[in-house]
Amino acid sequence: MGLLDKQFSDSNIVVAKVDDLINWARLSSIWQLGFGLACCAIEMMAASASSYDFDRFGVMPRNTPRQADAIIISGTVTLKMALRIKRLYEQMPDPKYIISMGSCANCGGPYWDHGYHVLKGVDRVIPVDVYVPGCPPRPEALFEGLLKLQEKIRNESLRKKSA
Amino acid sequence: MKNPEEILELIKSNFPDFEVTFDSSMPVEPIISIDPVKIHLVAQFLKTNEELLFDSLMSLSGVDDANGTKTKEEDGTETITGGTLSVYYHLHSTSLKHKITLRTSSNRENPEIESVENIWKTADWHEREAFDMFGIIFLNHPDLRRILMPYDWEDTYPLRKDYKNPEFYHGMKVPY
Repeated sequence: MGLLDKQFSDSNIVVAKVDDLINWARLSSIWQLGFGLACCAIEMMAASASSYDFDRFGVMPRNTPRQADAIIISGTVTLKMALRIKRLYEQMPDPKYIISMGSCANCGGPYWDHGYHVLKGVDRVIPVDVYVPGCPPRPEALFEGLLKLQEKIRNESLRKKSA
Repeated sequence: MKNPEEILELIKSNFPDFEVTFDSSMPVEPIISIDPVKIHLVAQFLKTNEELLFDSLMSLSGVDDANGTKTKEEDGTETITGGTLSVYYHLHSTSLKHKITLRTSSNRENPEIESVENIWKTADWHEREAFDMFGIIFLNHPDLRRILMPYDWEDTYPLRKDYKNPEFYHGMKVPY
């Protein structure tokens, strides 16, 4: 990673690029908005609970969008909810990241044809960073999505936000 | 405990000038049909009569009978004119352990049915749902708003058989 390999011999001084340091800080404590929509939310809660322990990746739920770094869209996005999701997203401070979890949030899932009330993909209202497929995805799949997001943040630059 | 035929006789003897029909041709429970603007009078009777005591409205559901004339549109969809929309009431008496099913049908263009909200409180949200999904107007309902769809949804009703989804809602594309 390059953050700690340029130590001086007395190991009190570390030299690193600002990009690396800030990216490392950001990706190590992605606080997610405590927000669940449907059955995917159950898997997301299982991911947060003790046997999977989301906290070991620095992910923990925050109860206000103003303290959150990421939002996991975990479930079916109805047209009624889409307006609220957009509002929550706008209340989050930059940098903010979005994981779309499960088929419904990705593309409408089983409601793709006859779901008169379902938004066919949350990316129609907010920009998504990582899509996690599955119906619902297991916690392991959500972790894979989180690691992908971390990968994305690791390659960010202060001059240009990519994720 | 009374069977549906006995219940029908009780209704007929108490409301001699009402048009009440009985349908037992289906394999399900027999259905008693009642005039939509008089349903609340019959409902009140069914609840308070000492031989009936229907204290529980198990379910109230709207149904699109789709029995009007169907016309094909140019884009392949269908519109229905005329015919009826129905509401089914499933009643149960917790003390006398008998059940009955009521039906009332109203015309599709102006579906007005008397509310039974002041008889069974359960009917409040059930009637709002039937209004939301089928556009059935319940007369004398205290709070007839949409319950599931957004309040500002245009005047279309999703569970009608000839429903067409709008192209956009608040700038969001609705079709796949």
